Amino acid sequence: MATDITKLGVKAPWKDLTEGMVIAGAGTSRDFNTGEWSTDKPVFIEEKCKQCLLCTPVCPDSCIPVKDGKRGEFDYDHCKGCGICVKSCPFGAITMEGVK
Amino acid sequence: MAKRDRLSGNEAIAIALRQINPDVFPAFPITPSTEIPQYFASFVANGQVDTEFIPVESEHSSMSAAIGASAAGARSLTATSSCGLAFMWEELYIAASNRLPLALALVNRALSGPININCDHSDSMGARDAGWIQIYAENNQEAYDNMVQAYRISEHKDVRLPIMICQDGFITSHAVENMELLEDADVKKFVGEYEPEDYLLNPKCPMAVGPYSITDYYMEAKRNQAEGMKHVERVVLEVAKEFAEISGREYGLFEAYRMEDAEYAVVMIGSAAGTTKDAIDRLRDQGEKVGLLKIRLYRPFPAEAIANILTGMKAIAVMDRAEGYTNHGGPLGADVMSALYRARSQALAINYIYGLGGRDVRVEDMEGVFATLKQIAEDGDAGETYRYLGIRE
Amino acid sequence: MSNLTEIRWHGRGGQGAKTAALLLADVAFQTGKYVQGFPEYGPERMGAPITAYNRISDVQIRVHSNIYDPQYVVVVDESLLEAVDVTGGLKKEGAILVNTSRPKEEIIPHLKGYEGKVYTIDAHKVSMATMGRYFPNTPLLAAIVKVTGIMDEETFLREMRASFSHKFASKPEVIDGNMAALEMALKEVR
Repeated sequence: MATDITKLGVKAPWKDLTEGMVIAGAGTSRDFNTGEWSTDKPVFIEEKCKQCLLCTPVCPDSCIPVKDGKRGEFDYDHCKGCGICVKSCPFGAITMEGVK
Repeated sequence: MAKRDRLSGNEAIAIALRQINPDVFPAFPITPSTEIPQYFASFVANGQVDTEFIPVESEHSSMSAAIGASAAGARSLTATSSCGLAFMWEELYIAASNRLPLALALVNRALSGPININCDHSDSMGARDAGWIQIYAENNQEAYDNMVQAYRISEHKDVRLPIMICQDGFITSHAVENMELLEDADVKKFVGEYEPEDYLLNPKCPMAVGPYSITDYYMEAKRNQAEGMKHVERVVLEVAKEFAEISGREYGLFEAYRMEDAEYAVVMIGSAAGTTKDAIDRLRDQGEKVGLLKIRLYRPFPAEAIANILTGMKAIAVMDRAEGYTNHGGPLGADVMSALYRARSQALAINYIYGLGGRDVRVEDMEGVFATLKQIAEDGDAGETYRYLGIRE
Repeated sequence: MSNLTEIRWHGRGGQGAKTAALLLADVAFQTGKYVQGFPEYGPERMGAPITAYNRISDVQIRVHSNIYDPQYVVVVDESLLEAVDVTGGLKKEGAILVNTSRPKEEIIPHLKGYEGKVYTIDAHKVSMATMGRYFPNTPLLAAIVKVTGIMDEETFLREMRASFSHKFASKPEVIDGNMAALEMALKEVR
């Protein structure tokens, strides 16, 4: 049985926690918006992008979605702002911007 | 059909384990528990079990591997003593907080130092707050019977907690005594197959075990864990009832020996309870109203049931085979006395430290304890409540 | 308990005093008795004095202490006569059995005035004659059975053959030697 992680907010009473705090069910990290932790945020400049896709595999949080051979906008719900993608881009198509 | 046999306590545990045929047994040797994995390894080599036996490099690893196996969905266990248990301290808490129903065959031995290989309860008493169920045996038969019942308690859906099956090092582990063994098929049927609900090797539902819990969750997690403990007493009794049906041997949370009309009681754990029974029979022949309350289930502590039996006594001696270094007694003393307090008992109670590092306990020693209790009751004053039995002054 | 027999064994680590006590428990068990056989370890070392114990009874044995006032004492290594108080607590209506090649008269002066019966057996001689190697256990086991009379010799030999057949299933050639040692020891107790 998969864990109902919607119950697992910081207001959850003890009875709603799972036994042994196990999290049964895959992909639950998708529901945990770690992107809000970031102090820095990458910006995608589409016109400079050659779609070489060097940025995609280096992202530690899999925040650069690819569809039909082309990358799209960042997944800011999960991007922690590490900046590796900026370093990987040969065309200056990604820049970092401080979070306001 | 029961089979009459004579076995050492370690052999008895090993045979119970052969009959249970667990999935994974990681082990590291330490006196006096070494024989358990040693006998078991021969069962593995002879093809009598299909257990994955893993010789590891330390007790830290044996418990870690048992935890990993249990999380993966296997029925696992290990065995140890003394410093070996101390070395798995961290993992004990992990097993319990992850609600993993694995077993530990513990052969009680003194902790260093001074370094000593003989029996006392300092090892398991140190682990009493780790969140494990602890069950103790008086003799080899009880050690075997407790092992057979272990997984039924530990794996029960309302419990799901690790269980420590304890026996006294050398005194029972290395002593050959008469026993009755159950048939292999009866044990197999009684213990049953282990069918965990969630487990790591379940491809249909991947899961995470042991996630980090921030302060917002930690306390709720511990409260949730405590809920498992609350069901243990009931489950221990249910399992004991079923066990009696296949074995004819009855078990409870504790054994009350000649307590019906007793005025003076000794409370203790382990092999010295047998010696105390002989002392009680001698004193009963002289008309003394004496009895014994032998603890079987120590964690969780059945405080209410124990207080019910003890509350009307004139005087009680609680016997601790471990120091607590509280300056007023040992762990069992603290537990029993707080139970008496909550029951508003007026009984006079003292706490003895005895049997440390294998110090022998004789029938005469226990007769002396009862004589002291009688004196205390006559004086109406417990005097010093923190005492040592059989110490050279 | 009037039918309780208590035996204390004194040996040195590695000589098999514990094994002998376990063998005695074993054979007494086979005749329907309640038994205990257990060692008391000091330093776990070859050559260090060790003590082992037997209780044999018609009723269940609950006591788990060592034995302080035995009816019988077996001394596996006669050098212990000086090193250890082997007759301590030994009941005078009981007996002591010493493994020695010396005559009884030479042993008695070392027994601190013990007033009970004294028996000797030359386990070395028996062992070498029947097994070709020194295993003091087997002769001493037979000797103590004879001294205590806890079972008749015929029963003892029958049960021991069954026990050896099981124990030495993978090397049956040693069974006859062990049986010969038992039979010879029964005759050699002085």
